[in-house]
Amino acid sequence: MKVEPATSPLLALLAGFISELRAAGLPVSLTENLDAMEAIQHIPIEDRDAFKYALAATLVKNHAHWRAFETVFEVYFSLRGAEYDLVDGEWPEGMDLSDFVDGMDGQQRRQGGGGGEAMSAEQLAEMLFQALMRGDDALMRAIARQAVQRYAGMEPGRPVGGTYYLYRTLRNLDLDGVLDRLMDQARHDAPGDLTPLEERLERDEFEARIDQLRKEVEAEIRRRLVADRGVEAMAKTLRKPLPEDVDFMHASREEMMALRRAIYPLTRKLAVRLARKRRHGRKGPLDFRNTMRHSLSYGGVPAEPKFRYPRPAKPEIMVVADVSGSVAAFARFTLHLVYAISNQFSKVRSFVFIDGLDEVTSFFEGVDDIGEAVHRVNAEADVVWVDGHSDYGHAFEVFWERYGKDVGPKTTVMILGDARNNYHASQAWILKEIEHRARKVFWLNPEPGAYWDTGDSIVSEYGVHCDGVFEVRNLRQLEGFVENLV
Amino acid sequence: MSFSFADVDSVRKGLSGVQYLADEGIAGVVYLAERLQKPVLVEGPAGTGKTQLAKSVAEATGARLIRLQCYEGLDESKALYEWNYKKQLLRIQAERQGEDPEGEGMWQQIEDDLFSEEFLLTRPLLEAIRAAEPVVLLIDEVDRVEIETEALLLEILSDYQVSIPELGTVAASQIPLVFLTSNNTRELSEALKRRCLFLHIDYPDLDREKEIVLAKVPGVGESLADQVARIVRSVRQIELKKAPSVSETLDWARTLVLLGVEHIDADTAAETVNILLKYRSDIEKALKEFASSDEEFAVPAATP
Repeated sequence: MKVEPATSPLLALLAGFISELRAAGLPVSLTENLDAMEAIQHIPIEDRDAFKYALAATLVKNHAHWRAFETVFEVYFSLRGAEYDLVDGEWPEGMDLSDFVDGMDGQQRRQGGGGGEAMSAEQLAEMLFQALMRGDDALMRAIARQAVQRYAGMEPGRPVGGTYYLYRTLRNLDLDGVLDRLMDQARHDAPGDLTPLEERLERDEFEARIDQLRKEVEAEIRRRLVADRGVEAMAKTLRKPLPEDVDFMHASREEMMALRRAIYPLTRKLAVRLARKRRHGRKGPLDFRNTMRHSLSYGGVPAEPKFRYPRPAKPEIMVVADVSGSVAAFARFTLHLVYAISNQFSKVRSFVFIDGLDEVTSFFEGVDDIGEAVHRVNAEADVVWVDGHSDYGHAFEVFWERYGKDVGPKTTVMILGDARNNYHASQAWILKEIEHRARKVFWLNPEPGAYWDTGDSIVSEYGVHCDGVFEVRNLRQLEGFVENLV
Repeated sequence: MSFSFADVDSVRKGLSGVQYLADEGIAGVVYLAERLQKPVLVEGPAGTGKTQLAKSVAEATGARLIRLQCYEGLDESKALYEWNYKKQLLRIQAERQGEDPEGEGMWQQIEDDLFSEEFLLTRPLLEAIRAAEPVVLLIDEVDRVEIETEALLLEILSDYQVSIPELGTVAASQIPLVFLTSNNTRELSEALKRRCLFLHIDYPDLDREKEIVLAKVPGVGESLADQVARIVRSVRQIELKKAPSVSETLDWARTLVLLGVEHIDADTAAETVNILLKYRSDIEKALKEFASSDEEFAVPAATP
């Protein structure tokens, strides 16, 4: 395959692209880097989609990383796409950065001055409505561009993030209002009344189109920001943690969804690991009777020792989770984790506490819908004793009193919480007792290690009685914990 | 080296010729797989046509499809090769009958004979390597094997060869097109991923799903296909235990055609939704979801 000289700036750009991917946390190996270089030789460079998929196929080996990849791709290759060969000729291709910004300014000025070709806000809204009604992609793109120009109020060099501009633009477009209007129109157009099913379908269709518009607006803003600030700076601003690095305590709704999906493979892994240990475990103790019987064929010499089959202990797991306000986000996640664990193991008992403690095992049993289980835990579990501020000491007391006898040598106890005890008595002796009885005691703490033992956190006081205290703030750390568990 | 596909577009055309509607990403990766001679790791939700992709590529290129179904406990003797020891025993037996005075040299010969190709049972992976004609190798549900067994695949995936201690290395006479599918029930090893091109097949978008229904279901009308695709899209937006797959969409469309339905109303949808959704809780949820907007409109009507 010959390398044309013209491709070498592209290779340089690609090198920058890949190092940005690495900076964003994607594990791109050298082989994959070379594969990508080779792959793009086979792809016609002007086909942006094919180019994108070629890079994705060689560089991104985990679907969870797709979004991170897409963001970086949009930043690095946004100005080169065929759809941005500008129709209106305002920003000709190949103009350098300062020209671009000037051009943008000039256009804004002209519009600000109320030039003849500028549309009024009502006209734009009407066009938007029409475009959405018909699902006209080209028109939607043009409107997105117009809207950003008009409403975002972007100024070169202004240190504001893209979300600010996005918010400003979308607020002015009033997409909720547009959706209502679209629905009214659809009802009006329909021959009879819309059945609920049809209504729902129409709504989903319009929502999909509006979503499309929102993406166009986002892309437009990003494109302009890149032109203003340069590729590297922009990529850095947009850098977001990968799903496995998202902090449980600060996960957004969307991120939470992704996390939940990721838990299942993890618990399966946990189960597989435990199972494998059983299968490959060493043989059981000498079976004396069987050995003697076989020794008869050697004239009474026990030449062939026989062993008992190992009787693997089924792991029993007790999960004790703090669900107080300080760890609310983490608690939500823990409940999902508990649910996933109890699907994989037969003997799981789960407890939640704030300053009182309650068993919630039954809420998770035979429940298909995790949302419902979590809701029931939140609504029905009796976890408040006095004031609803965490009191680990009292929670442990209750645990010991009611369930202490159930902790046996096969039990693994997992405590999930930040050990912020609000200066109550720690009652660490209970944990010591539990440790004596249980097989293992683990403490998973959602707080960064640097905050431990500051203020009212008393992790170490409890930690000395555990087999391990782990900082588990994200999926990666949780995975690390699972790996080391067995 | 000749290629079956001239460019990305011809991949798409070739596949649609055998009723597989590939989108830009799928076609692009298949094209690259052939050019770069790399295996493709296909991931995605169940029932989105991962396995079908391999089958269709085989059909489109006129290659033979060799399939290795993975399962827990799959080992070398099932995946790569095995010595036909029964035949080997017979060979030794036969040698005994014709007893020879010069025993030593004879034994040497038997030993050489025993581990020759004659006594080798080829299993899918070796078969794909040794085939003279073009071959598509499908390694299905690779996430089901244990992580240790994955290592078996590495040699064949990167170098297209199999090492047999008694025989030496068998290198491929032609490079097979390899597809691995995974339902992502566990993370595959880095080593495996590094050797493959990665393709995630998601549920198709509205237009593609409609086209798939039109292509695959005989006798379906344009408007019915459109309705089916739109309803399925809405159903997928609900948070379900198991979202309807493409194959379930097709089953549903076929049922509707058989029932002679032209226009799907709420009742038909409710009666046949059990083809689309397989869990009781999911069905209930979907029905509730679609009826919910009903209440919104029923309430003002009821209050005078």
